[in-house]
Amino acid sequence: MAQALPYHVKRPVTAVWGVLSNPYRLRNLLGRIVLYAVLVAGAILVTIPFIWLISSSLKPQAQLVAFPPIWIPKPILWENYPKALTALPFGRFILNTVIIATGATLGSLVSSSLGAFAFARLRWRFRDVVFFALLLTIMLPGQITMIPRFVLFSKMGWVNTYLPLIVPAWFASPFYVFLMRQFFMGLPSELDDAARIDGASVFGIYWRIMLPLSKPVLATVALFSVQHHWNAFIGPLIYLHDLDKFTAAIGLRYFVTDTQVHYSLQMAASAAFTIPIIVLFFVGQRYFIQGIVFSGVKG
Amino acid sequence: MMAFIKTNRQREALYGWLFALPAIIGMVAFDVGPMVASVLIAFTEWNGVTPPQWIGLANYEEILFRDDLFWLSLRITTVFAFISIPLNLVTGFLLALLLNQKIRGQALMRTLYYLPSIVPLVAVAALWRWIFLRRFGLLDIGLAMMGIEAPDWLGDPNWVLPAFIVMGLWGVGGGMLINLAGLQAIPSDLYDAASIDGANALQRLLNVTVPMMTPLILFNLVMGIIGGLQVFVVAFVMTGGGPNNASLFYMLHLYHTAFEYFRLGYGSSLALILFLYIVVLSAMVFRSSSAWVYYEGSR
Repeated sequence: MAQALPYHVKRPVTAVWGVLSNPYRLRNLLGRIVLYAVLVAGAILVTIPFIWLISSSLKPQAQLVAFPPIWIPKPILWENYPKALTALPFGRFILNTVIIATGATLGSLVSSSLGAFAFARLRWRFRDVVFFALLLTIMLPGQITMIPRFVLFSKMGWVNTYLPLIVPAWFASPFYVFLMRQFFMGLPSELDDAARIDGASVFGIYWRIMLPLSKPVLATVALFSVQHHWNAFIGPLIYLHDLDKFTAAIGLRYFVTDTQVHYSLQMAASAAFTIPIIVLFFVGQRYFIQGIVFSGVKG
Repeated sequence: MMAFIKTNRQREALYGWLFALPAIIGMVAFDVGPMVASVLIAFTEWNGVTPPQWIGLANYEEILFRDDLFWLSLRITTVFAFISIPLNLVTGFLLALLLNQKIRGQALMRTLYYLPSIVPLVAVAALWRWIFLRRFGLLDIGLAMMGIEAPDWLGDPNWVLPAFIVMGLWGVGGGMLINLAGLQAIPSDLYDAASIDGANALQRLLNVTVPMMTPLILFNLVMGIIGGLQVFVVAFVMTGGGPNNASLFYMLHLYHTAFEYFRLGYGSSLALILFLYIVVLSAMVFRSSSAWVYYEGSR
């Protein structure tokens, strides 16, 4: 049987001997083994908290503190989820978050793309100075503007409304302007020239030429923005005071710091809050990673 | 003909300003304006309701000479940042090196390592509070099974910062991803040339990979400083600054001052000092960068 093998297919024993007898290949093999061992051990380590999260969220209270730990709860208590999510009006919180995220994301897409178009494609005085100033504000840490913004919005009577969380997004975010401008710069300017010769207006070039070609960067900005507003914590904490106006993030904090709530329900609520973001990541993975990589490598 | 071009130019400039207007208004109203305002507010004693009292430098005097919590929170934040930032930087880089090898299940591995970094911080805090729980938390159970007596992570003033550092390491995937993109952007002919010159793997790592990655490491370092000095959400949710103020991060002190005691002037002074601290540290990093950052474009 062995004779029937083609000459380049080594028999296993020969292959193993070949590796062991050659110091270079042996070192290589050992290196691979160490590489895999480290990576697999690390991957298990980073994955355990996720498994523990899900496992805890499906447990009866008594099994939470079992020793040794129980990984697969018995019975699996799916009802922990509805129980946790109705203990506080999480439905309402999620709706609030969706309202804020939608309003703010729409605003960011419109205002940032308009600005980016002006910086990438139109010639006007002080354009580059203004753009540079805008870039500088990306570096500005949020804590420095937090108090004066609070003063501004409370003078306008906007505290305890969603406006402080939505309206600023309609005035462009420097980082999104930057991302979109870089993308627009990469589109050939012959497109604009051709459209201009065909009589397109400036707005027409933006609306009919640039935007349809810019779906990838629009998707990236939309994903970032939705993720940002889903996770946002300190803004909602400062501005939203009534329980029925809470976002899911501060609602979750309120829930998990309540000592009366046992850990299964805390984990169920935490998992329910996390899953949409994970799904969003997998759905938009390509745009997501492009954006992160772009801001890191070129930023 | 000239008139035609002129009006066209003018129209373009007009549209340029018009399209960039939301971004410009946003920059003035929500970034530059508040920045200037915070410098002024810092000279006052103000609760936001009654008229502000101009008190000159009294806030700074109080911070530097009479506010023990300022010095405590500054120390806690600094210790955390000086351990956590380099640790995450190095781990993220090494992990990217390993995941850049040709291995089986590469995509799965990368995803597993990356996922923790997109979990919303409130959920991270809730989950790890449960993992760190005295005796019943997964970590203590795991250590007990190995016969190690675990500390009271979140209840012992000496262990609460290490707990935050360990937890921070769970999110190293974000830095890993940026490093991975950087590694892939290194032209392979550099490695080929080094190999032809007889460089072994270690020499290629030290003389090609590391120098080519230094601009990205600089970027990650500066972003790490900005983020690491502004830790808020996880401490707010997990410990509220306890036990005995051992995890009173600077931003917690700032938040309590401004939004619980409503000392807006004092809070603004605290914010400006933190801002200055971030600027000085970043500036020092940038100044040192000419000694260790290699830019391919400029020789």
